[in-house]
This record gives sequence, structure tokens and C-alpha cells, in this order.
Amino acid sequence: MFKKISFTVNGKSYTLEVDVRMSLLELLRNQLGYTGAKQGCSVGECGACSVLIDGTPYDSCIYLAVWADGKAITTIEGVAAKNGELSKVQKAFVEEGAVQCGFCTPGLILTTTAMTESGNDYTREEVKRELSGHLCRCTGYQNILKAAEKSLEGHICTCVDSPHYKQQQEQLKERQ
Amino acid sequence: MYDIRGYYEAETVREATELLRANPKLKIIAGGTDVLVKMHGGQLEDAELLSIRKIQELRDIRKLENGTIAVGPMATFTNVFNDQVVNKYVPILAEAAISMGGPQIRNIATIGGNVCNGATSADSASSLFALNARLKLQTFQGERVIPIQEFYLGPGKVDLKPGEVLTDILIYPEDYQGFGGQYIKFAMREAMDIATLGVAVLCKLDSGNFGEIRIGLGVAGPTPLRCVEAEEFARGKKISLETIGEIGKLAVKSTKARTSWRASKEYREHLVEELTQRALQTAIVRAGGVDFV
Repeated sequence: MFKKISFTVNGKSYTLEVDVRMSLLELLRNQLGYTGAKQGCSVGECGACSVLIDGTPYDSCIYLAVWADGKAITTIEGVAAKNGELSKVQKAFVEEGAVQCGFCTPGLILTTTAMTESGNDYTREEVKRELSGHLCRCTGYQNILKAAEKSLEGHICTCVDSPHYKQQQEQLKERQ
Repeated sequence: MYDIRGYYEAETVREATELLRANPKLKIIAGGTDVLVKMHGGQLEDAELLSIRKIQELRDIRKLENGTIAVGPMATFTNVFNDQVVNKYVPILAEAAISMGGPQIRNIATIGGNVCNGATSADSASSLFALNARLKLQTFQGERVIPIQEFYLGPGKVDLKPGEVLTDILIYPEDYQGFGGQYIKFAMREAMDIATLGVAVLCKLDSGNFGEIRIGLGVAGPTPLRCVEAEEFARGKKISLETIGEIGKLAVKSTKARTSWRASKEYREHLVEELTQRALQTAIVRAGGVDFV
């Protein structure tokens, strides 16, 4: 059974007849060649297949391809500028050494990108929570957390005793 | 490729119930985080799916004129966690929502799917049990409203009759007004884990005494459950650490915990006794009472 759908990937429009049995991950990787999204656990636990759908991270392995109708999808291939310059988030991951084998990296960069683009501020605990849907088996998460915080211009300090806390609270007030 | 034989989409509840009447074998798919994973594991084969993802009216969370909170079953866990009505009136449901899965799962998994999947470990269930939630189920011919306790029949088994769609989760004003509460999920990890035990406690005070308390537990038996004995014991009793301790002990009596690879029966019973007390202490504070810690 096939169904006709229209959607965009990294700004490029597609109109296709897709097999209703297909996951979005299969469509992206096998049919369209966006192999930046990885197949990991296939059951929505590891986050390697994460893509942004209308700006929000989803596990594409447990997302039917037909559901992409009318959606704007961003994969890791669409994060860097057209001339190849890395995005701010990608640079932060490089600078902080947050990449080892690289299998979890596309998902983590996309989720971090979604956070930076949301315009919200995050405490360290909230950054950890937002990244918790991605499993990394190499780095131990410290450098990933640092890279995410760097992308977000640091985290919101919750230690009321630190000098940084007062300074940051004032900055936040100003922004509001 | 998933083992899908047919795929249908409904855009209104009416359309969904008509499709179900014509083919009662259709398996409803909402967020897909249970249905697709079951297919992947071979527990669901050759499926004919009815997607209700396009039914916008099922996504709303609202407070009705009579004070009833109506949670649309297609609201995702992210929607529930961020919703102002939920946070203001039934915060234990927001606490349950944020404890479930990870961000990508919460962005798509729905509260109605969580309920209809029938798992005792459903993160929304303990809170919904404590809140005496009612479920509105619609067929082509009509609708019925039943308490959530009657909906859960056994592990993975719910009273969703052929042709029925869950269309609303209702929380009546008398079930949340004046209550303080807390939901505690106990699991090995802070994310992406299934609860070893889920405890939701609501508490209403009556001049230094317990008015009404409600204890909803998940993974303490084949279905989520309420600790009726402990709840009845508490009514009118003076609030003291001794009473709270007794309530914790009595809560265990309502459980039918079993040993699984996640935890032993004994450990789960210990958790019930301990976590019921902790949640109750927080609930007392949130209801405006004294802090024992």
C-alpha cells in the first residue's frame, strides 16, 4: 500500500509515493540518501536516528514515513552552511572534543540545535534532561554537556552562592 | 519495514468510529511509540492501522465551565508537561508526564496511548488513578464514561471494546480541588527507563487532620491500583509521623507485587512503604500542612 506525501528535507521539496510500511528513517536513508540519521536500536531508545520535524526532535525509526506529509524535516546534512562552514553548535562539539566514534553525534547536534533555536534558557539539569534521549557509548557525556552549554552560551546557574549567579540573573532580567 | 497490511487515516472522531464500525479489526495508532515497537518485536503482525493523528480536536487540554479538566487523549507527554491548566490544577499529572521516556519519546507519545496500552508501568496511570480520572469512550452509536479503575483489566488488557475510541480523559473538580500531591517515579535511570514503582499521592487536610488521601500505585500489581485500606485508615486521623508510617505499611496490603528482572517482590513492597510516606509528606506540605522533614 502506497500513499502520496509532500515534505521538505533541509529545505528541499519532495513529493513521493511512499510505502505505508516504511519508517521515516528508512525513507531518509535508503531512498533519499540522508545517511546522517543513524539506525541504532530501532525502538526509540538510543536517539541515533533523531531528526528535527518542524524544529522538534523525534526518533525517525518509530515515525512512519507517511506522517511526514506536510512537514519540514532537518537532518544533520542540513545543519552546516551551504559553503560548508560548520554551525555554532557543530563548532562547539568540535572544540569541546564531544565527538568520538560519531554515531550519536548527528542526533545530539540536532537536539542541541533545537534547544538553541527555541530561544529558551536552560539550567544545567534541564540541558541534561533535553539530551537524555541520546545514548553515547564513548565520551561519558561530560564533553557533550560542555558543548551543548557552549552552544547555549553557558547554562543558567542555580548555585545561588556563586558570583556568577547574580550576574546571570541580572542579564536574564534585562533580556526579558 | 513494519508489518503493516493496511493504513487508514481519520480526520474526525466520527470518521474514526465509522472506519472502526466497518472494520473492527483496525488497530488504532496514536503516537506509535508502543504500537510500532510491538511490531518491531513481532508481537503485532500483519496489522491494519487506523491513525488518529490528524484528529485535531483530540489534542486539546482544557478546563470546562463546570471545573472539569478534560485532557485530550492525543495530547503528547510534552504537551501535558507544558500545559498551564495541568500545571495549575493537576500538577501530579505534569510530574508523571516529564518522568516518561526521553524528550523525543515525550514529543510524540500520547497520554491516551499510554492508558490504552494497558501497562501497569504506564507513567500517567498512577496519577490518573489517584485523580479518579474518567474515560470517555465513543463508538459509532454512542459514548460511555467509565472510571479509569474499571478500564484496566489485566496486564496489557483494557476495556476498549471493538469500535471504541478514547476521546477524553476527564478529571472532576471534586477530585483535584483542595488537594496537594506528588508523583514519584522510582527507576534505575533518570531517563529512558521503565518504572520499578510509580507512586502518586493526593492529600486534603482538615484542620490538622487528614481529610482525604488517595494513593495510586503503578507496577505494584498486574494493573495500576489504589490503596483503599490505607486511604480509609487515614481519614480523620491526626497528621503525625506515626500515622504516616502506618499509612505506608497499610499501602503494602493493597499491592500484588511480583518478582521480575527489574526488582524482587520484597524490594517493591519496601519501595511502596517508603515512597508512599515520602510522597505523602510532600503532598501534606503542598496541601498547606506541616513539613516533617
